[in-house]
Amino acid sequence: MDDSNTDVIQGTLDMLILKTLSLEPMHGFGIARRVGQISRGVFKVNPGSLLTALERLERAGWVDSEWRQTENSRRAKFYTLTRGGRKQLEVETEQWMRRAGAIARLLKAEG
Amino acid sequence: MSVWRQLTRGLRVLTRRADADREVADEVEHFLEHDAAEREAAGLTPEAARRAAQLEYGNRTQMREEVRSAGWENVPASVAADVRYAARRLRRSPGFTAVAVMTLALGLGACTAIFSAVYPILFEPLPYPEPGRIEMIWDSNGGERADVTFHTCREVAERNHSFAATAAADAPLWQPTLTSAGDTHPERLDGQRVTADYFRVLGVRVAIGRDFAASDDVLNGPKVVILSDALWRRRFGADPGIVGRQIILDGELWTVIGILPRGFDNVISAAARIWRPMQYDTAQAANFSTREWGHHLVMVGRLRAGVTEEMAGRDLNEIARNPRGEFPRPPWADLKLGFIASPLQVEITRTVRPALLAIVGAVLLVLAIACVNVTNLLLARGVQRQGEMAVRVALGAARGRLVRQLLTESLLLAGAGGALGLVVAQFAVGTLVAIAPVDLPRAGAIAVNGAVFAFALGVTTLIGLAVGVVPAMHATRSDVQTRMRQVSRHAIGGHQLTRRVLVVAEVSLALVLLVGAGLLLRSLGLLLAIPPGFHPDHVLTMQVQESGHKFDAAEVQYQFFERAREAAERVPGVTAAAFTSQLPLSGDIDGYGVEFQNDPNPGDDGSVFRYAVSPSYFETMGIPLVRGRLLNAHDTAGSARVVVISQSLAERKFPGRDALGQELRLGSGVGKKDEPWATIVGVVGNVKQLSLAFGNTDAVYMTPRQWYWVDNPMSLVIRTSGDAAALAPAVRRAIWSVDKDQPIVRVATMDEMVANSEAQRRFALLIFEAFAVVALALAAIGIYGVISGGVTERAREIGVRAALGATRSGIAALVLRQGLALTGIAVVVGLAGAMAASEALASLLYGVSRLDAATYFGVAGLLLGVSAIACWAPAWRAARIDPAVTLRSE
Repeated sequence: MDDSNTDVIQGTLDMLILKTLSLEPMHGFGIARRVGQISRGVFKVNPGSLLTALERLERAGWVDSEWRQTENSRRAKFYTLTRGGRKQLEVETEQWMRRAGAIARLLKAEG
Repeated sequence: MSVWRQLTRGLRVLTRRADADREVADEVEHFLEHDAAEREAAGLTPEAARRAAQLEYGNRTQMREEVRSAGWENVPASVAADVRYAARRLRRSPGFTAVAVMTLALGLGACTAIFSAVYPILFEPLPYPEPGRIEMIWDSNGGERADVTFHTCREVAERNHSFAATAAADAPLWQPTLTSAGDTHPERLDGQRVTADYFRVLGVRVAIGRDFAASDDVLNGPKVVILSDALWRRRFGADPGIVGRQIILDGELWTVIGILPRGFDNVISAAARIWRPMQYDTAQAANFSTREWGHHLVMVGRLRAGVTEEMAGRDLNEIARNPRGEFPRPPWADLKLGFIASPLQVEITRTVRPALLAIVGAVLLVLAIACVNVTNLLLARGVQRQGEMAVRVALGAARGRLVRQLLTESLLLAGAGGALGLVVAQFAVGTLVAIAPVDLPRAGAIAVNGAVFAFALGVTTLIGLAVGVVPAMHATRSDVQTRMRQVSRHAIGGHQLTRRVLVVAEVSLALVLLVGAGLLLRSLGLLLAIPPGFHPDHVLTMQVQESGHKFDAAEVQYQFFERAREAAERVPGVTAAAFTSQLPLSGDIDGYGVEFQNDPNPGDDGSVFRYAVSPSYFETMGIPLVRGRLLNAHDTAGSARVVVISQSLAERKFPGRDALGQELRLGSGVGKKDEPWATIVGVVGNVKQLSLAFGNTDAVYMTPRQWYWVDNPMSLVIRTSGDAAALAPAVRRAIWSVDKDQPIVRVATMDEMVANSEAQRRFALLIFEAFAVVALALAAIGIYGVISGGVTERAREIGVRAALGATRSGIAALVLRQGLALTGIAVVVGLAGAMAASEALASLLYGVSRLDAATYFGVAGLLLGVSAIACWAPAWRAARIDPAVTLRSE
C-alpha cells in the first residue's frame, strides 16, 4: 500500500463526514466505507480519528446521534446531519472550493 | 447550542464514566465487526480479516483511548497521568531528585528568609504617615552621634523654622512596676518617658482616649499614662472603660488617658509598652548640674511641608552656631560641632545596615549558585534522556506531548523544591530572629514575605522550565534516525562545554562567599583576641534599678544600692561584688567634658567616660592598678574629692609626668569657679567601653557619693568562684531580700557581654558561614556531576586508552587533572570576583585587609582540596573501566 494516500488531508475529515451524512443518516463504519468508496480508495479513515471527529461534530451541534438497529439487526450508533451541520457543510464546501480553485490556478500558472 | 452541548456531554461523560466508556467500546467493536464482515465478504478467512484490520488500524485499546481523550473533560485526567508519570520518573532517579529539590529548597529558603528579614528593616517605609519627613536629631560630639540634653531639645524646639513638631524621649527605659488589685505578681513594664508631641511627630493618633497635651508635660504635672494596645489587651482585658481610670505604678496612682492603635510599632524603643510625659523642669536652664543637662535623650522632629533634609540641616547648624542669651549652654552641650540630623529610618538602621547589605549580597550569591546547580543537573539529565526521547519520538509521540511531560516534570521538581523551601524559610526566619543582634530594629515585623518567596520560586521555576524543555526540543527537532544513531554512539560535546562553563561560574561564586566568610572569621578572631582591660570570666552582671517614691532621698538610694551589694556578696560562691554607673561593652555610654588645673594645653579634651563605682569595682572586674591607690570606703561625701583615671588619659594629658596629685573637674563641675577640684590618686589599666574595636579608653572613676547625683539604674558586677550564670537566681533573691519591688534586668555574664558587643559581626559571620558551607557543598556537587558525566560519556575513549596500554593511575590522573583544571579556572575567576565584592564587607572587617592574602590563598586551597575529593570518585570509576566491556558494548 502506498503511504501517501492513506491519510485524509488534515482538516478535511470533518467536511468529508458532513458531506457523507448529508446523503443519509449512517453509522461510523458506514461513513468510513462511504469515504473510501467515493474517493476510490484514496482516503482511508482510521476508526479512532473518525469516532473522535464524530464526537467533536456532535458537541459542536452539527450532527445528532442515536442508537438504532442496523439492517442485520444489530445495535449501532447512527449519525444524522442537523440544520446547523448542513449550513456548516455549505460554508466548508464553499471555502474548500475557493482554496482548491486558487491552488489549481497557481499550479497552472507555474506550468 | 454548541457550548451547551459541550458542557452537557462533558458532564455526562464525567458523571457516568463507565457508560461513556462502554458506549465508545461498543462503537469501536461495532466498527471492527463491520470491517471484518466486509473483508470476509471479499474472500478473506476470519483470521486473516482480523489481522488485516489490526495492521491497518492498530489495536483497539489505542482506538478507544484516542476517542476517550478527546473532550475537555479528559484534560485533568491526562494531566494527572503526566504528573504520575513524572513522579515515577523522579522517583526512579532519587539521587538527582534529592539533590535538585534540596538545592532549590536551600536557595529559595535562604533567599526568602533573608529578604523577609531585611525588607521591613531596610526597605519597607516605617509604619507612620509620611515616614520620610520624620528626622532624628543628634548632638554632634566629635563627629559622632551623641544623645541630646533636654535643654538642647528645648532650644531647638523653640528656635527652629524647619519642623512642624519636635519631641524627645529618654534613651534608657522607664521601667515602672504595675500592681493591680487581686494580682499577686507585680509586673515590671518597659516604658518610655516622652515629651508632649512625641506621638504627633510620629503621626500616630491614640485609638481610644486622648494624646498627651502640653499641660501634661510640665514639672510636677498630672500622673497620666498612655498604654500600648498589647498591654491594654493583656492586662486590662481590652476594656475601653480603663481610659480615665487609675492604675498603680511604683505604688502611686496614675490615670490612663489613652490607648494606642493596634498596629503601632514604636521603632525608637521597640520594647516600650507604656508612656508617660517627660515632665522635666524648663525653668532651671542656668543650673548646669541638673538632670536636664544630661546627654540622655533621643530627639525626633517632623519636617514642615516643603522643607527638605538639607534645609533642616542648615537651619539646625544656624541655631548651633548662634547661641542666645536666653538659652545658656554648658561646655558639654555647647553645640560647637553642630547637629547631625537624618531620616528616622536611616538612623534606626544605621548600625545594622552594613551587615544586612552584606548578608543580602551573600544570599543572592547562594541563589545564583542554586540556579546554576539546578540548570546543570537538568542539562545533565537531558543528555542522559536524549536516547529515551528519540525512542519515544520514533514510537510516534507528539512533540507537544513530550514537551508537556517534561514541563510537568520540571514543575513537579520546582513544586517540591518550593514546598520544602517554604519550610526552610519558615525555620530560617525563626532562627534569624533568634540569633539577630538585640539592637536589630523592627525585629517584630519580620515574617516570611510571600511576595519574595513567590518571586524566588518564579525565577527558579522559569529556569527549570526553560532548561527542562531542552531535551524535548533536541529530540524532536532533528531527524529521529540520526539522533538515535548519535545517541547510541556517544553523547554530544556542546552540552559538556555549557556545563563546564556553568560549573566554573558556580565554583567562582562559592569562592566569593568563602572569602567573605574567611575575612569575617579572621576579623572576629582578631577582635575577640583584644584584651578588654578586665577579666570577663566568672563575672555575673545585672542592672539594678531603684523605683518608686520610697527612694526619693539620695541617701536612701545610696543605702539601697550598698545593702543590695552586701547582700549579693554574702551569697555563697560570690567572692566580690561592686556597683558601677556604666558597664563596659554593655551598650552603656556615659561621657562628660573634663578640665584639668594647670593644663598647659586646655580645650581639646573631648569626652571621657565617667564611672561612679563602689570601691571594690576594680578588684571585682580585675582592672589592674598601675600607679597610686584605688578608691576606698573613706572617699565619701564629706571627704576631699578624689578620682582614679585610666592609663590612656594619664599618658595623653601628662606625657612624661606623674598624673598623681594632678587635679580635674568633670561634667557639671567644668568651668565653675566655686566647684572644688578632684585630685587624681590612682591610675588604672585601660578598659574598652564601647566596643573592642573602638579605641578611646579615656576614663575617670569616682565613688557614687562624690558625684553630683545618684546614678540609677546601676550595674551590679559579681565575681564568682564557680559558674557565674548559675548564681543569677540566688543573687537576685538576695537583692530582693533587701527590697522585693526593685527591678533587676539585663542579667548576663561578662563573657556574654563581650561576645554580644560584637553581635553584628557575629551575626554576619554566622550567616556567611552557613551560606559558604552550602555554596561549597553545591560547588562540590557541581564538579562531581560534570566530571562524572564526562567519564560516562567518554567511557569508550577511556576504554580505548586502557586497551592501548594506559595505566589505571594514568587514567585516574587524566580525570583528576580535568576536574582540577576546571576548579583552577574557577579559582582565578572567583578570586577576581572576591576582590571586587569584598568592598561591600569593608566596614565589617577589623584588623584584616579586605584583600588579605592569607584568606584568599586559604580559601583557594580549600576549594581545590574539595574539588579533588569531588573528582576522586569519578576518577576511580574511570580507572576501573574494563576496555573489553566498553568496546564490546559499542
